[in-house]
Amino acid sequence: MDLLVGQLFTGLSTGSILLLAALGLSLTFGQMGVVNMAHGEFIMAGCYTAYVVQQVVGDAGASLLIALPAGFLVGGAMGLVLEALLIRRLYHRPLDTLLVTFGVGLILQQAARDVFGAPAVNVSVPEALRGGVDLLGVTVPRTRLFIMALAVLSVAAVALVLRFTPAGRRIRAVVGNRDLAETAGISSRAVDAGTFFIGSGLAGVAGVALTLIGSTSPTTGQSYLVDAFLVVVAGGLGRIKGAVVAAVALGALQAVFETYSTASLAKVGVFVVIVVFLQLRPQGLFTLRTRSLA
Amino acid sequence: MSTRLPGSERTPMTRFLDTRLGTWTGFAAAALVLFGLAPLVLSGFRLGLLAQFLCYAIVAVGIGLAWGRGGMLTLGQGVFFGMGAYLMAMHLKMADARFEGGPGAVPDFMELAGIRELPAYWAPFASPVFTVAAILVLPTAFAVLLGLAVFKRRVKGAYFAILSQALAGAFAILLIGQQSLGGFNGLSRFRYFFGFTLADPANQRMLYFIAAAVLLAVVAVSLQLRRSRYGELLVAVRDAEERVRFLGYDAANVKVVAYAAAALFAAVAGAVFVPIVGIISPASIGIVPSIMFLLGVAIGGRASLVGPVVGALVVAWAQTALSEQFPSAWTYAQGLLFILVIALLPGGLASAAALTKRFRTKPTPVEAAA
Repeated sequence: MDLLVGQLFTGLSTGSILLLAALGLSLTFGQMGVVNMAHGEFIMAGCYTAYVVQQVVGDAGASLLIALPAGFLVGGAMGLVLEALLIRRLYHRPLDTLLVTFGVGLILQQAARDVFGAPAVNVSVPEALRGGVDLLGVTVPRTRLFIMALAVLSVAAVALVLRFTPAGRRIRAVVGNRDLAETAGISSRAVDAGTFFIGSGLAGVAGVALTLIGSTSPTTGQSYLVDAFLVVVAGGLGRIKGAVVAAVALGALQAVFETYSTASLAKVGVFVVIVVFLQLRPQGLFTLRTRSLA
Repeated sequence: MSTRLPGSERTPMTRFLDTRLGTWTGFAAAALVLFGLAPLVLSGFRLGLLAQFLCYAIVAVGIGLAWGRGGMLTLGQGVFFGMGAYLMAMHLKMADARFEGGPGAVPDFMELAGIRELPAYWAPFASPVFTVAAILVLPTAFAVLLGLAVFKRRVKGAYFAILSQALAGAFAILLIGQQSLGGFNGLSRFRYFFGFTLADPANQRMLYFIAAAVLLAVVAVSLQLRRSRYGELLVAVRDAEERVRFLGYDAANVKVVAYAAAALFAAVAGAVFVPIVGIISPASIGIVPSIMFLLGVAIGGRASLVGPVVGALVVAWAQTALSEQFPSAWTYAQGLLFILVIALLPGGLASAAALTKRFRTKPTPVEAAA
């Protein structure tokens, strides 16, 4: 029983980290069809935002509270600049966007290396989040619980914004049919920029959260990026629901594989499962019905 | 060829090279430079470097076929490169062990890692014939299987790119975990290559000639594929997959062939790379090195035949010349090159010549629509 609960928790915890990293991608890749390889570097920028804020503020608790919105703004601002300078010009060439943003990622990584140095830096965890809580017989680190809560909150916020706000309605309209939305008077350019701001901002928030469970180095974001992309691919393009289910499923899968084999074989196992899964559902778990070919 | 493609715009030069005479002239000139001029003017050390660059160029030819002509953005060529390299490295380690320690000896790195018993899957690699066959068959077969699984279900575009990238990541992580394949350090310190001492400069020169010959052969195969009906079909699938399907072709099969050919090229490149460079480790085949294979192809011109070769050679040369002196600046340059070339010159340098022409002549309505 304890083992099962422990497993379940590890799965949920890994899943919530994946979800935080993938949520922004699910917006930019899923809803706009833009493959942003620099998303990982936006996560990394969030990590370093937390680091810088803590250097300035000092107190771990207060700095975390400041860093979360600051990370959102830093990530979002970087996303806005990237969208305006490059991505906007390449909407009809998604594969080329992938390579261009990979180049952007390379530059951002090297910039982080030059500014903060190649060795990893650490952000201290607030007093309130240290230690663990006993839950159904297993000890659960508080930082992990915090990240789970943050993931749930972020998903809820994105879902609410998309569902109920005028901005969210415009985003859904452009995703549904860009031309019709424009005919209805929606500026698709402004909506694209807005979507990219939110998606990249979420990457910044994910970065701040990641500093609670690991150290930060210039390549931090990159290590999460591929897994995050797999979550979006398995979940289905453009569906927040899909990203949630896929993130939790992949997290659980990873945890189960790791119990029965090594961490390295677990990665391979997850990859095989995804290829097999795409045999059954090539468009991912949940699909957005469109009338386009392909 | 009647189609006009980005990166294969007609210039008098390319028009001449398309004729039978032009093709032979091109190959003869390339052979003259590779086999005659380069060994004459380059020192042994520089020739070794060039041999290493030629291996990257062989990979680039495959990427040019799959990505430039087939539209498949393969971000995981490191997997096939690594397969070829590791298969060859296993044979070299086995041969070294047999030569120095007699039958039953395990390769030196295994002794250091405390592995006394030879793992069963290593045993067949004592045979040179088996090794060469494995290098030619295993990566290609894997690519065919994966390609069928992916393309038959019409997984394409960015989905395919991400899957291929995840594959490279998983493969590198898998190798790091295998102590019987050297783990993180990989396989290195080879002494003999099919019985020839690798320390001998004459044999190093022979390896260079092998790499050059393989490159010419790979370019010839690629050229034949491009000029065949299959080549036209591949481009058609790239530009309008649905239409090709409506005409009754199986687009997936067309893609699988190009993908498998690219995998084979990469595997052979990896196999030649190992004795030349003397080391293969997971660090040189993971996600980032796999994408880096694309940089030269993009710069040279993804859709052209010679562009990827030239681009790969130039990038590899720049990497060697600059990365040690200015590591930071070189990384910035790589990033900038990706951005500038892909965003502004998607046809690469191969299209630069035709670009000037395009400014002078107005595009025909058909071109403008495309």
